[in-house]
Amino acid sequence: MIRVQPGPFDVGLMMAELASRPGVGGVASFVGTVRDQSDGAAVLALELEHHPVLTQKVVRQIGEDARARFQLLDIIIVHRHGKLQAGEPIVFVGAAAAHRRAAFGAVDYVMDRLKTEAPFWKRERTGDGARWIEARASDLADRRRWEEPA
Amino acid sequence: MRMLLFGRLRDLPPIGPVPASIDDVAALKTWLATERPELVAPSVRIAVNDEFVVDNRTIGSGDEIAFLPPVSGG
Repeated sequence: MIRVQPGPFDVGLMMAELASRPGVGGVASFVGTVRDQSDGAAVLALELEHHPVLTQKVVRQIGEDARARFQLLDIIIVHRHGKLQAGEPIVFVGAAAAHRRAAFGAVDYVMDRLKTEAPFWKRERTGDGARWIEARASDLADRRRWEEPA
Repeated sequence: MRMLLFGRLRDLPPIGPVPASIDDVAALKTWLATERPELVAPSVRIAVNDEFVVDNRTIGSGDEIAFLPPVSGG
């Protein structure tokens, strides 16, 4: 299941769904949250802009690539958009596989690709004003790890 | 044609009307290079009607052109 939505999500429900897949040996997940600090300034809110069609398309492709690459039994990606407060969950990635290594790898892989490819743009509001955030050099380096043969 | 700007590109001043002679993405980029160079930086991806495109993609008055700066998801 791939979903791009403004509202919150239920992690327990999604984990239960992943764990119920026939043949499952392990489920790994990641939840990304809005940081409360940015360069020493308190983050008041985060705006996440997306493209109404392309974002869904790109996230779906990343999910399909992960499913094939790690031979997953199932994958769930939920990414929120809109205005979020510090501490709120932004993204959920969960992978069900026959063995743990595939599940861990898939979640790591999906996050690295979301960070560098999925059309989301973050604008942080701090006491000093608002600024757009872009993928960092470290995000791009993380993404390149997956270009080696699996 | 309609231009859609995302992320930090939305903070740029509005662009004047696109000349009617422009009929593909390459021509649009050439025009923008002087009009609003931020939109044709190498890091900006261009989509026409919700598809990422190559420069020889033809475009017309009914098309929606989206400019996507580097992303910051997750």
